[in-house]
Order: sequence, then structure tokens, then C-alpha cells
Amino acid sequence: MTDYSSLLALVPLLPLFSALILLFSKLPKLWISIFAVGSVASVALISLFLNVIFWQQSDFVLTSSLGTWINLAQLNINFGLYLDPLSLVMITIVSGVGALIHLYSTGFMYQDSDFKRYFTYLNLFISAMLFLVLADNLLLLYLGWEGVGLCSYLLIGFWYQDRKNNLAANKAFLMTRIGDTAMAIGLFLLFTQLGTLDIQEIQIKAHAVWSLTNDNNNNTMASLCCLLLLGGAVGKSAQLPLQNWLPDAMAGPTPVSALIHAATMVTAGIYLIARNSQLFQLAPDVLYLVALIGTFTLLLGASAAMVQTDLKRILAYSTISQLGYMFLALGVGAGASAVFHLMTHAFFKALLFLAAGALIYSLHHEHNIFKMGGLLKKLPVVAVSFAIGCAALASLPFTAGFFSKELILAQVIASGHSGLWWAAILGAFFTAFYSARLFFVVFLGPTQLSPNAKPTKSMSLALVILSVLSLFGGIHPEGLKNLMPQLDTDGLSTLQHWLPILLPFIAISLAWWLFKTKRFGKPVPTFMQGVHQLVKSGWAFDHLYQTIFVSPFKYLCQVNKGDFIDLFYRLIEKTSGRLHMAFSQFQNGQLRRYNASLVIFCILAFAWFIRGELML
Amino acid sequence: MIPISWVFLLSLSLFVIGLFGVLARRNLLFILISLELMLNAVVILFIAASRYHSASMANSDGQIMYLLILTLAASEIAVGLSLVVHMYRQHHHLDIDKLNKLRD
Repeated sequence: MTDYSSLLALVPLLPLFSALILLFSKLPKLWISIFAVGSVASVALISLFLNVIFWQQSDFVLTSSLGTWINLAQLNINFGLYLDPLSLVMITIVSGVGALIHLYSTGFMYQDSDFKRYFTYLNLFISAMLFLVLADNLLLLYLGWEGVGLCSYLLIGFWYQDRKNNLAANKAFLMTRIGDTAMAIGLFLLFTQLGTLDIQEIQIKAHAVWSLTNDNNNNTMASLCCLLLLGGAVGKSAQLPLQNWLPDAMAGPTPVSALIHAATMVTAGIYLIARNSQLFQLAPDVLYLVALIGTFTLLLGASAAMVQTDLKRILAYSTISQLGYMFLALGVGAGASAVFHLMTHAFFKALLFLAAGALIYSLHHEHNIFKMGGLLKKLPVVAVSFAIGCAALASLPFTAGFFSKELILAQVIASGHSGLWWAAILGAFFTAFYSARLFFVVFLGPTQLSPNAKPTKSMSLALVILSVLSLFGGIHPEGLKNLMPQLDTDGLSTLQHWLPILLPFIAISLAWWLFKTKRFGKPVPTFMQGVHQLVKSGWAFDHLYQTIFVSPFKYLCQVNKGDFIDLFYRLIEKTSGRLHMAFSQFQNGQLRRYNASLVIFCILAFAWFIRGELML
Repeated sequence: MIPISWVFLLSLSLFVIGLFGVLARRNLLFILISLELMLNAVVILFIAASRYHSASMANSDGQIMYLLILTLAASEIAVGLSLVVHMYRQHHHLDIDKLNKLRD
């Protein structure tokens, strides 16, 4: 086993070194591509190799330490890496999808003058993400967590000359920071309660400490820790109520949206909960909250995606909604299915984003889907891969998305939450509907813009590989089965079995009928306009937060412009100034006045000393 | 023998006259003269007190003090007057209200 430790250590370090090389050197574009793509591709090969070695094993553990970070009496933190089935799946996704997106980016960003900066950030992101998923302690995980947040910020605001992009980057950074603060407090609390930050030790100690004091199957302290960790997960994975940064994060380059805001970074929250699943099982109430958050988010995202007109915003809302499915799965105790869906989602959503990027690349940065149309013949590779992506998103049978989503739905039923199941079914209907709408409008609608550039070879290659993965990638990673207790999914009724399979076809037929009768893109009837506007703005959460938080804060700032606290200090300063002015009157340069004050003082002092005698 | 209170009165009036001179005169030379007057007022008091306390001159501290102060006054006036002469050569007047260049 020890032979592979050094191989494991290479996994997060290779992209880091590559990022450093790119940062401090001046290379031609070809060499930049070789370093950037090469480092991530070799990590992908390493993880593939590890997959082959640990094929179908569910209880292997591979560790590696890169040295000591903090060594205090109570607190020992190593740069320790920990590979088990869960993190193996994660590094395979991160490096595999990451390598394809790097490859794609060499074509997509070739014209950009900041080619090098782009790949530096991208490599740094991959490294931070790999640290996140491989960390054996929560502090190192938190380092990676903040690292991916930083790279997300840098890449959303990549085209920094446009103020809009900077604002979007700030929004993403600040919104996730709210969750991260909760998570940091959670880490402090875990450390004070359990005395360790090592993830495996936490799971064991949590069961030892909190199960013993367990009266009514719910421990307050365990729930509190889980809630705080959940806060971090909610922020990172764009769930209610911190979901509204993700649509704005589409301001970055499209491959970035594919990599960070669809396939990898936003799934960090799911990974965090799955990683601490044993801790979360001590707090069933919090798990139920996770399921509720996921359900509401998936409905919100799917409904908002149905009425968007911006290509990337549709995909962003779709991501929010798919992440909601993963949260739902985690919440009902189906961690393995959540991670399975995470994997298939990474394939097909990266594919959709990259195909969307190819469209945008070919059409002069046009984002409005109603200005596209009739592109099926002109961009066949893009069209076919987009169709495959949409099919997987809509979970048509035998695509990758089908297997994972059906599994989640079956597990929800098996856990006994039929209300949540109906909500998830409604969400699946919405999903199929907006996927079909998107595809019909963009590729089958009347021709409007004609593409002026073909996707480059590297872009097409990435699209083809991801298409294959989206079609055939629905292989459940067997190693995950120990993640959470398996639920019994045998007792499904006919309705529960067939409805999820038939529903996408119904939704697609409905979308086809609406498309044929040319209802898409028409102005909304007046009585619906209010609702349409509400849904289109993502249920007006931006407006809500503006009213509840931003406006009162700005008002308070306005009121406190003079700074209340400073008033006191300014009083001290003013008093001493006044006294200074008063006393400086005596120093007028007139010798006779100095003498007079001397004499007066002497007389007064004398009178003071002899006052006792005078009284007598 | 003259009562000591008379000497006190004499010394006090001399001192006050000197003080008034120091405070009221503007000419530096007169201020120096007034200072001498104040010193002499103190000296008179020393001698009178010495005489009053020991008629047999057993304790002559006061008179020794007089000699000391006399020497001090002489050296002080020597320095002071030479400064006054220089000042007069520089400014052609001795008005201390105008000689305030060291202020600020």
C-alpha cells in the first residue's frame, strides 16, 4: 500500500506546481497549454490508475502526509491526504472533468490576451479542489475550501474591465463567505467538543461522546455542529437561502462556469456532508432539514430555469436544481446516490456548459436563446453533444442522468418521505421541460444568426469525450456502498416505478407542442406577467435580500456617517485643543507679563502655605 | 535699639518698590536697577535678623549671607550690564516689549 502514497501526494501537488510555473514564467501559448493541460491530465491518469487498483473495493484507505502544518500541544495538523472510495470518486471527477475542460479551454481562450493568467487560476483551482477532497482533517479541507472560493472569485471576475463582472465576483465571494463563516465556527465548536479536527477521528469520537448522552435520539450539540457545517455547504453549493450568487457567477468565461460552477466547486457542499455523514446521522433533524432545503431549492431552480432567456442562466438555475436533488438524497440518508448523481451531473452539466460555450464562441458572445436557432445543421457536433447533455439532464432512460436520478427518487420513497418524492417528481418534470425547450429553441428554431467560427479541434474532442461519459457514465461506483446505510428499494409500487420514467417524455411532448405552436418567446399574457417576472428573477431573492439586509445596512451607514464612537475621542481632542488655546494666551512674549504672572503665583502660593495662620 | 519691625517695613517697602520697577518699567537698564534694589531689600533683612537673634555676634550667618549675595549681585550685574550694552548696540533701544524675538 505504501507504494501508492507518493503517487497520491502527486495528485494535488502537480497542478499546484504547474500553477506556480505559469505564475512566475513567460511562456508561449503552446507551452502554457502543455503545462496546464498536462499537469491535470497526468492527475487524471493517476486517479484512473488508482481506480483500476482499487476497483470495486469498498473499504480501502490510502494515506499520505506532505508534512506538518501546525504542531501545538493540543492541536496537531498535518498536510495529510486521505483516499477512500468517496474521495477516489471525487478526485476522478475533479481531475477527469478538469482535464477535459482544460483541453477545451486551450481552444476557447486562445484569442484571449490573458491566456496565462486564465490557466494559472484554473490550475490553482484544480489543486485547491483536490486538497479539499483529499484532506484528512477539516482544517486542510477548509484551506482547500477557501482556495476554491478564491479561484472562483478570480475567475468570475476574469474579464475585470467590465464592472458588472466584478460585482458578480464580489457577490459570489460575499454570499459564500456567509456560509464559510458558519463553517469556521462549526470547526471551532467541533474542536472544543471533540478535541480533534481529523475527519475520521471526529466520526468515531462523535459517536462515542454524543451517542452515550443520547436520550431522545437527538443531541443538541451534535445538531449545532451539523447545522454550522451545513451552513458552509449551503453557501458553497448554492442552496436556499444562499443560492442567488450562482446565476450571476455566469459572468466568468464559459469553461469556468462548466468547471467551477457546475461540475466541481459547487459540489463541495455535498462532499462535505457526505464526508461527515456519520456525524450528520447523529442529528436526524438536521438531515431532515437538508432534505427540505434540497427539495425547495430543486423546485426553485427548476421553475426559474423554465422562463430564463439567457442560455447560461438556464444552465445555472438547472445546476442549482440538480444540486438540490443531491441535497435531498443526502437528507434522506442516501449519500451514495447523492455522490453518484454528483458524478453523472458533473459529466452532463460540464458537457452542456461546454456545448453552450461553443455556441457562444461561434455566435459573437450571444447569450439570448431566442436569437439563436436553426443551428442543428451548422454546428452538428455541438448540436449532438448538446442533445445528449439535455437528454441526460432530463434523465431519459439509459443516459447517465437517468440511473442516478431514478436511484435518488427510489431512495426518497424508500425513506418514507412521499411528500418530498412528489416534489422531486414535479422538479423532474420541470427539468425535462426546460431541457427540451432549450434544445428546441436553440437548434430547431428559425435561423437567425449564422455562426462565424467553428469550434476548434480541442473543443470538439472534449465535447465528444464528455458526450460518451454522459451517455455511458451511469455506472454506480460500488465502493460508495458503505457511505451510509443502504435503503431497501424493493417495495416500489407500479406508479412509483413508472412515473419517473414516463414523466420526461410527457414534459418533452408538452414542450414540443408549445414549440410547434410557436408559444415560446412570445410575450407573456398580462395576467401572468407578475408571476413570470417573479419566477424569472429567481423568486426575487435578490430583491428580498436588498430590502432586508442591504438597504437597512446602507441606511445605518448613512446615519452613522459621523461615527458615534469617535464622538467621545473627538471630545477629548477638542477639550485639549481648547485648553491649549486658553493657556497659550499667557505666552505672549512680553517679559513684564511673565514676571507679573510669576509674582501673582508666588503670592497665591504663599497665601496658601500660611492660610492656617491667617485663619487663626 | 530700633525695633525689628521697622527694619521689616523698610525691607518690605524696598522690595515692593523694586518689584514694581521690574514689573512696570520697560527699559531693561531700569529693570536691572530694580532687581538690585530687591536684592538689597533681602540683604537688609538678613543683617537685621542676624543682629536681632544674637547681639554678641555669636551667630553671624546672616552677615555671611550678605557677603555672598553681594558677590552674587556684583557678578550678575557684570554679566547683565554687558548684555545690556550689546543689546543697545544691536537694537539702539532697550525696550523689552519690543525685544521679544525669541518668542515662538
